[in-house]
Formats: sequence, C-alpha cells, structure tokens
Amino acid sequence: MQLTGAEITIRCLQEEGVEYVFGYPGGAVLNIYDELFKQNKVKHVLVRHEQGAVHAADGYSRSSNKVGVALVTSGPGVTNAVTGIATAYMDSSPMVVLTGQVPTHAIGQDAFQECDAVGITRPCVKHNFLVKNVADLAMTIKKAFFLAVTGRPGPVLVDIPKDVTQATTEFAYPKTVSLRSYNPVTKGHTGQIKKAVQLLLDAKRPMVYAGGGVVLNDAAPQLTRLVRLLGFPCTNTLMGLGGFPATDPQFTGMLGMHGTYESNMAMQHCDVLLAVGARFDDRVIGNPAHFYRSDRKIVHVDIDPSSISKRVKVDVPIVGYVADVLDEMVKIIESSAQRPEPAALKAWWAEIKEWQRKDCLKYDAKSSLIKPQFVIQKLYELTHGDAFITSDVGQHQMWAAQYYKFDKPRRWINSGGLGTMGFGLPAAMGVQLVNPGATVACITGEASIQMCIQELSTCKQYHLPLKLINLNNRYMGMVRQWQELFYGNRYAESYVDALPDFVKLAEAYGHVGMKIEKPGDVEGALREALKLTDRLVFLDFITDQTENVFPMIPGGKGLTEMIFAEEL
Amino acid sequence: MRHILSILVENEAGALSRIAGLFSARGYNIESLTVAPTEDPTMSRMTIVTSGSDDVVEQITKQLNKLVEVVKVVDLTEGSHIERELMLVKVRASGKDREEMKRLADIFRGRILDVTDKCYTIELTGTGHKLDAFLQSIEPGVILETVRTGASGIGRGERVLRI
Repeated sequence: MQLTGAEITIRCLQEEGVEYVFGYPGGAVLNIYDELFKQNKVKHVLVRHEQGAVHAADGYSRSSNKVGVALVTSGPGVTNAVTGIATAYMDSSPMVVLTGQVPTHAIGQDAFQECDAVGITRPCVKHNFLVKNVADLAMTIKKAFFLAVTGRPGPVLVDIPKDVTQATTEFAYPKTVSLRSYNPVTKGHTGQIKKAVQLLLDAKRPMVYAGGGVVLNDAAPQLTRLVRLLGFPCTNTLMGLGGFPATDPQFTGMLGMHGTYESNMAMQHCDVLLAVGARFDDRVIGNPAHFYRSDRKIVHVDIDPSSISKRVKVDVPIVGYVADVLDEMVKIIESSAQRPEPAALKAWWAEIKEWQRKDCLKYDAKSSLIKPQFVIQKLYELTHGDAFITSDVGQHQMWAAQYYKFDKPRRWINSGGLGTMGFGLPAAMGVQLVNPGATVACITGEASIQMCIQELSTCKQYHLPLKLINLNNRYMGMVRQWQELFYGNRYAESYVDALPDFVKLAEAYGHVGMKIEKPGDVEGALREALKLTDRLVFLDFITDQTENVFPMIPGGKGLTEMIFAEEL
Repeated sequence: MRHILSILVENEAGALSRIAGLFSARGYNIESLTVAPTEDPTMSRMTIVTSGSDDVVEQITKQLNKLVEVVKVVDLTEGSHIERELMLVKVRASGKDREEMKRLADIFRGRILDVTDKCYTIELTGTGHKLDAFLQSIEPGVILETVRTGASGIGRGERVLRI
C-alpha cells in the first residue's frame, strides 16, 4: 500500500506501541499532525513549550521503562527541545525525538524556521538521522527505537523534511533491524564475573556502589538479592536511588557531594568496591586523586565500556547488561560453599555503625521556621514512601534525595547529569500519564519552578493531579549556599525579588494553591492536598532562608573532607 | 605519545563531523586526519594521528567505538605498521637554485610534477619526518606553497582492518 511520509510516521509509532506523543505543532510538522488527528491509537499531549515536551517524554520513560516520544517542529521547535534532549542524554533516557525540517530543496537556503537539527543536537544524542528520502523513513524510525533502548540507552533524533512527509512510498514496517556498525557488548565476560565474585567473597571491608544503570536496566531485584546474600553495605548514587531499598538496614544512604558520612567513609575505606551501573563522576567521588587507594580493589560493571576506567582505574572491568551480570554473580555465589568471612564483616559493620552515629542528616526540627527537610520527611510519611517524586535542581533536589526513602526503582525522577532547572514539572506530567492514579509529587523551588511554569496549563488540559511541593526560600538556594560558603556571603543575583503570588498563579491556571508559613501547618496542608486526588495542588512552603544542604564535600575535595551543619 | 588510529566508518553524511566533533567536545588532539572511501564504497577509512597518554588514547578509542556509524577502530601504533604522507610543494626554481632543487628532489625521491621557468611543483611521499626533513633542507624563502595530506597508515604483514 502506498502511504505518505506523514502516514508512515504515525504507523511506525503505532507499530512501536507508542501510547503518548508529547509535542507542539508547527509548519514543518503539519502533515504529521494531520495524520495524528485522523487516528486515535497514539494520543498527543500538547505542551506549552517544546522543552516541556521532551522533559515530559523523559519522565514518562524513566517511570515506566518505555520509550518516550516527542514531536516538535523545525527551527525554534528544535532549539527549544535541545535542553530536554541534552538532559535525557546525560541521564541515558531512552527516547525518540521526531523533528520537522524544512523541505529538502530548501535545506541550506536559510529558509524560514530552518536550523541544522542534526548538527545542533549531534553532541547530545545517542544518534540522529536526517531522512532525505521517504523510502528510508520507516527503517530510520525503526532504527531510532532500536538504538534508543539497546546498549546504553539514550535519546535518538529523527529529522523529517516536510516534503518527505508528503511523498508516498510502499509501507511495510521492518520487523528486524541490523546495523553492522552497532554491536554493543551486552553479555558480561564469565571469566571476569568469576574473578569479581572471588574478590567479593574474599573481601574484609566490602562496599557496593550502585548507580542509575541499575534503575535503567531494571536490575534492582538482582542487586537487592546480591547485596542481601553477601551481607554487604550498599550505597546508591543520586540517579540510583530506589535501586536498593532505602529502608533496608544494609543501605547506608546516598553518597557523594551531599551524601551521608557513612557512605562516603565506607567508599573511601573499603578494600573491595563493587561499582554497578555508575560512573565515578565528580559529584560522587570528588577528587579522583584523593579517592585513589592502592590497596582497594574495584570491580566495575557497566553497559558502557567508555564509563569504565574513565576517571578511576578499575581492577576487574565487566561490560554487559548489569541485570544479567548481577544474576550470574548471585548464581555463582549460591553454588559456592564460600561466604564472606563473618568476623571481618562484623568488624566492618561496627565501623560503619560508628560513622552512622554521627547522624549527619540531623537538622533543627524545633525551629519556628519551616525547615525544608521537615516538609520532605512529612511528605515521605504521608505517602508511605510510595509516591513518584520528580524534582528540579538545587537544594530541594538534594533534600528530596536525602530525606525521601525510595524503596522501589523508577520512583525518583530528577535531572542528575545535566542538572536542568525546569525539569520537574513537565517530567511529572509524563510520570502521571503513565501512572494514572498514582501520587506524583514534584519537589521544586521558587526559582526552578518558574523555568517551565507554563506547563501548569498542560496539567489543566489533561487533568493531571500533580502535587507541587514548592520549597520557597526566596533564593536560588544552592547558588546562595555556595556564595555563603565560598564567596564571602556575596549573594550575587541569587535573591529572587518580585516573586509571583504562587497561590493566585495556581488558581489562575485553574488549580488549587496553598501557602504554608508555619511548621505546625505542614502536615495538615500535605494531608489536605493528598486528599484532593483529582486536582493539581500547588503547595507554596515558605521555608527557612538560611538552611543549607549538609553534609557537603566542597568542589575538588575528597570523600572524607566533608563539612557538616554543626561545624558552621 | 603519538598514536595513529585507523577507523572504518559508514560512508554517510555526517560521520566525519561526528568524529571531529567528538575530538573537539572532549578536548582530544587531532594532529592530522585523512579520509576516503575504501574498496567497498559504503565504507570509508580514516586515519587520525593523535597524541595523549595511554589513558586518554584508551578513552578516545572507546568513545569512537561508541559512535553508531563507526564500524571498527584500531590503534596502529600498538603493532608494527607502515605510515605514509604525501606532500606537494611549490618552490622557486630559477637561476642557480634550479639545478640544486632538482638534485634535492632526487635525493628525497621526489618527483617534479609541474615546471615553469620560475618554479617546480614537487611531489614527495614518506613519513612525516621525511617530509619535514625535506622542508628543512631548503631555504625557507624558496618555498612558495606546501600542501600535505596527513598520515595514512596500514598494519604490517597479515594484520588487516576489515569487517
């Protein structure tokens, strides 16, 4: 059957089982929108800004492990989408972004709404394509979905010129795809896995450090089994939270720049470190020279060979899907008679317990001002730790990561790599759509929320009953914190004057707004908001302006060079 | 350390900018880069001369392999290999210099491709060092123009790079 390029695009999405497309129409994609209109299998979510479309598709993907799909027009549609694409790329979210392009004959002519989409996005996508011939369209979209989910996942962009959407060709959706130049190693080397297990079994001071790769590869059950089988302490990175249950006694809390004392100390002083789906980045280990220890053996399991021995030399590299590798480790240990030496492990745990006694996350709970940590703790209690939490970027993000205990993967959705303010609200829309009926809260701040606030309108249109937890301290809090600690209290441009009345703003968009100014009102307001299961509620918590995120490793310092709240 | 990377890539628009973009985005050096299609017209072969510590070159190789259009990457400097570069150099050749220039070209086994009453255009191939040596052996004022291809490399003996 002869179909137009626009029809083929929609048919491909249907064949891939795409439920939602997040997008914004425009000249170059009018043919595609016309075909969207004529069918009802693929639902379209109309955002208010293309950045929101990509973040929403991202949140949809992260909370469900399905491919997120965004559709935007050429030129400014693409450039507005770039922040979202770069965010997804840094956090390895599987996504397909379809972009309109000016007709092929106009490419390079500086046509209206023309930009080099493939060129602009090249450094922030896993791969991208410009489709110049309608005959290549179906195969290209098939390749895009294949590339997005296999190996290390990531966003793939397909740029489709307008004349390609009009041209016709015979359509058959390809069943398989093969790319001779793309063969990621997905199965861990058995010899290396055996070597790694032996190191783990012989360890006296072991530590497990698991990152976002565990969540992305749905490897939380395997990780949990392995850690419990061995009795080892386990920490998660910001991206890995929920990969191991936070309420498990073997969990030592998040590590890194704002990680717990016990996790950072254990990372530094362990004799065998098992790193899984993590990449030793600057916010996790700080200064690599300080982290280095000649007597510590490191096993690193990751799907991406270029993540291994990038910042830290490792002793046993294992490239493969982490779920399969962990599974194989569990099997080898189960069939082995050897177990880690109990006396050594006991002594190591005693040391960790000693570090835990520092109680590094304590804060002044008796304050007459609302402490942001208290709001998160109450939210955690009232949602029984079972909500989907998205966040923006800054202090509130760190407090959310520190005080909301994630027991399940895919519940914590934040921009860890790129650190994109404005991510939280649109991401939450995607999360809510794929998890209807679930409690979805966006923990944000008055600076971040204003970066994509227009999406409140989208939430109204699609009846998304999000709970926005705005920790309003009238400052770009993390900027202010660095200025206080490292720039002699010179608060250059971090104070946000002339803030809107968020209650009225929420109401103007057709939502419920609440302003909470006293610690005593926090719990009541949260309870009331959570009861309104069919409404979006914007909770504006007026918090203590001077509160800082601790513990903290100053930039460029080592894991043991933390500073604590009480030291200041 | 200097390394010569041989890369097989899909002969597609954009493959070159992906590779060049990777080097600039991650701050790696490119001393020279040559590229042309192979006997299989769907594939191109690229030779990149780069420098860096072993760790850096390991990362470069891994990052290149991650690019979807890259089929294969080999660090030629890991084994014995042959390396050649072609240079065209236009020199002033008049008066007493004319005979001397011809002799010098012969010594370096260069060929004179084009002659006018005032200048020669000489073709030279060899390692980069040999080409450098030629340029150093003539007076700088005599050189009118040079163009060099950058190194192309191939493994010695049975060592082949193909899919």
